[in-house]
Amino acid sequence: MDSMALLLAATLSAGTVLAIAALGLLINEKAGVVNLGAEGMMLCAAIAGFATVVHTGNTWLGFAAGMVAGALLAAVFGVLVIWLNTNQYATGLALSLFGAGFSAFLGIKYVQEKLPEQTQYVLPFLSDIPFLGVAFFRQHPMVYIAVCIAAGLIWFLGSTRAGLVLRSVGESPESAHALGYPVRRIRLAAVVAGGALCGLAGAYVSVIYTPLWVEGMIAGKGWIALALTTFATWRPARVLLGAYLFGGVTMLQFHLQGVGVSVPPQFLTMLPYLATIVVLVLISRNPLWIRVNMPTSIGKPFYPGS
Amino acid sequence: MIKLEARPTPSKFWTYASPLLALLMTVVIGVLLFMLLGKDPVKGLGVFFWEPIKSANALSELMVKATPLLIIALGLSVCFRSNVWNIGAEGQFVMGAVAAGGVALLAEKDTGPWIIPAILLAGVLGGMVWGGLTALLRDRFNASEILVSLMLVYVADMVLSYLVFGPWKDPNGYNFPQTKTFEAVTQIPRLMEGSRVNVGIVLAALGVLALWLFLFRTYAGFKQEVSGLAPAAARYAGFSSRRALWVALLVSGGAAGLAGALEVAGPIGQLTPYVPAGYGFAAIIVAFVGRLHPVGVVFSALLMSMFYIGGELAQSRLGLPKSLTGVFQGLLLFNLLACDTLMAYRIRFIKPVVMTPKGAN
Repeated sequence: MDSMALLLAATLSAGTVLAIAALGLLINEKAGVVNLGAEGMMLCAAIAGFATVVHTGNTWLGFAAGMVAGALLAAVFGVLVIWLNTNQYATGLALSLFGAGFSAFLGIKYVQEKLPEQTQYVLPFLSDIPFLGVAFFRQHPMVYIAVCIAAGLIWFLGSTRAGLVLRSVGESPESAHALGYPVRRIRLAAVVAGGALCGLAGAYVSVIYTPLWVEGMIAGKGWIALALTTFATWRPARVLLGAYLFGGVTMLQFHLQGVGVSVPPQFLTMLPYLATIVVLVLISRNPLWIRVNMPTSIGKPFYPGS
Repeated sequence: MIKLEARPTPSKFWTYASPLLALLMTVVIGVLLFMLLGKDPVKGLGVFFWEPIKSANALSELMVKATPLLIIALGLSVCFRSNVWNIGAEGQFVMGAVAAGGVALLAEKDTGPWIIPAILLAGVLGGMVWGGLTALLRDRFNASEILVSLMLVYVADMVLSYLVFGPWKDPNGYNFPQTKTFEAVTQIPRLMEGSRVNVGIVLAALGVLALWLFLFRTYAGFKQEVSGLAPAAARYAGFSSRRALWVALLVSGGAAGLAGALEVAGPIGQLTPYVPAGYGFAAIIVAFVGRLHPVGVVFSALLMSMFYIGGELAQSRLGLPKSLTGVFQGLLLFNLLACDTLMAYRIRFIKPVVMTPKGAN
C-alpha cells in the first residue's frame, strides 16, 4: 500500500515535467507555430537552472534562469520562422540539435557538481492523511503549479478576449490580420511563452527531478511533450492527464525493477518511447478526430500582404 | 523599416551563396566564442579548418568520417525532397549496425569473403525495417513520422544496449559491454595500405551518381519530388503519395543502415554501446546545407566531417569540450535557414509611411 502511494507520488512528479513543457508547446501551437526545438530548449534550460542553483543555492532562481534560457532560444526560433519565414520543422530541428550541443558544451564544468540539500515540502494536516498524504501532499510546489498552469490555460484560451485572439491567429491569421491584430507579434509572444514553460520544465528536471547534470539528460522528454499536444488534441486538461499517464509509464519501469521483475532493464527503459508511439498511433488513426481539434494554420507561415 | 519582398523566382545567386554566407557567419560566431573562452581564435579556426586537410593522413581521416555522413544524407535528401520528415536516421543507422554486427558475429576463421556483401545487405535491411516501421505507422495509422522516427531512435539504442550487455556480450571480454572483435575476414576492404579509407567511399560515390540519376533523369524521381512539393498536383496527376512515403523512408532507412554496417564492420570492428555517434542527426544538417542535392551533400559532408575532427582536436589541443562540434553544427543549420530567406525574398529598406485619414486636416 505504501509503495503504491510512493509510486503515485513519483508519477505526479514525472508527469509534472511533461505537463509543463507540453502546456507551453500548446500555447504556441494554438497560435499556429510548431516548435520542434523543445528538446533543445529544455536541455539548455536544464543546465542554466542547474548552474544557477549551484552558484546561488536558490532553487527558485534556478527555475527563473531556466525560463529565461527557454524564452531566449524560443525568441530566436520565433524571429526566424515568423519574420524570416523559415521552415518551422527545419528550424525547430536546428534548435534541438544546437541545444543538445550547446548545453553539453556549457555543462562540462558541472558534471560532477552536487546541489544543496533539498527542502522537504509537506503540506500541514493534509500530508498526515493515510495514503493520500504520501501520494499527493508531500510534493514539490511545482507539481501544484503545473495544475494551476493547466487551469489558467483553460480559462485563458476559453474565456478571455486575449485567448480568443490567440486562437484566431492559429486558426485564420488572415482574418485576424484583417481585423487589425498584429499576427506576427502575437505569434512571437506565444512562442516565447511556450519556450519559457519548456525552460521551466527543463530546469525542474535538473534541479528537482534528477538533481544533477549529464549531457542529454532530458532524454526525449521534449519530444514526448510534443507528442502529448497531439495526443491531447490541443486541450489543456487532456494534456495534464496525458502527462500523468506518461509519468506513470516512466515510473512503472523503476517500480518493476524494484520488485524484481526479470525483464532486461533496457526493455523497461524503452517503455515511455514505445508508449508514445502506441498512443500516437491510437489517436492519429482517426483523422477526423485530429482535424476537428487541430489549429487550422498550424505549421503554416503567415506574411501580411503576401 | 525592413520589409521582405517575395521574388518572382528563387534567386540562383543566393542558392549557392547562402550556404557560404551561413558558413561565414558560423566562423565569425566561432571566432567570437574562442575569444570569449580566452583561446587564440586563429589557433581555434586552425584545428577546425586547417588541421583536417593539411596532410594525406588527415585527409584520409576526413574521408573516413565523411563517408557515413554522406551516405545517410543522400538517403535523407530523397526523404526531405518528398516532404517526409524522417529525423530518426540515427535509429536506422543503429539498427543497420546491429543487423550487420549480427551477421559479422556468425563469421568463423575460415569464412569466405562472401560474408562482406552479406554484412552490408544485412545493414541495409536492418535500416529499411526500422525506416519501414515509421512508414507503416504513418501510412496505416497516420501517425506523425517526425515523432515516430525519433522515438524509434531511443528504442534502437536500447536494443543495441540490450544485445551488448546481454546475449551478444563477449564471454572473454572481462565483462565489458561489447561483442567480441569481429573476425578479420569481415573487415570492410580498405582502398590502400596505411589508410583507413575503405570501400565505403566508393559506395558513397556510387550513391551520389544513383541519386543524381534518380532525381533528375527518371520519371520515378520526378513523381517522388512532385508529391513532396505539390501534393495536390501529384494527386491530380495520379502520383501515389503513399508510394512516395514508402520510397522515401525505405531509401533513407536503407542508406542509414548501410552506413551503420560500414561503420561496425569498418573502423569500429565490434558492437559497443558507443556505436551511435550522432551521425544520423548530423546528416540532417548535411542534407540541408548541401541543398538536398547529390553533389551539394558531398561538400557539406566534408565540411561536417571537419567539424567532427576539429571538435576532437579542440579537446586534445586546446582543452575545449568535444561538444563544440555540436554547437557549430547547430549554428550552421540556423544560419543557413536564416540566409535561405534571401533566396525567396528580397530585403527592402522602406521608410514607414504615416497614414493620415482623408479630410483629417
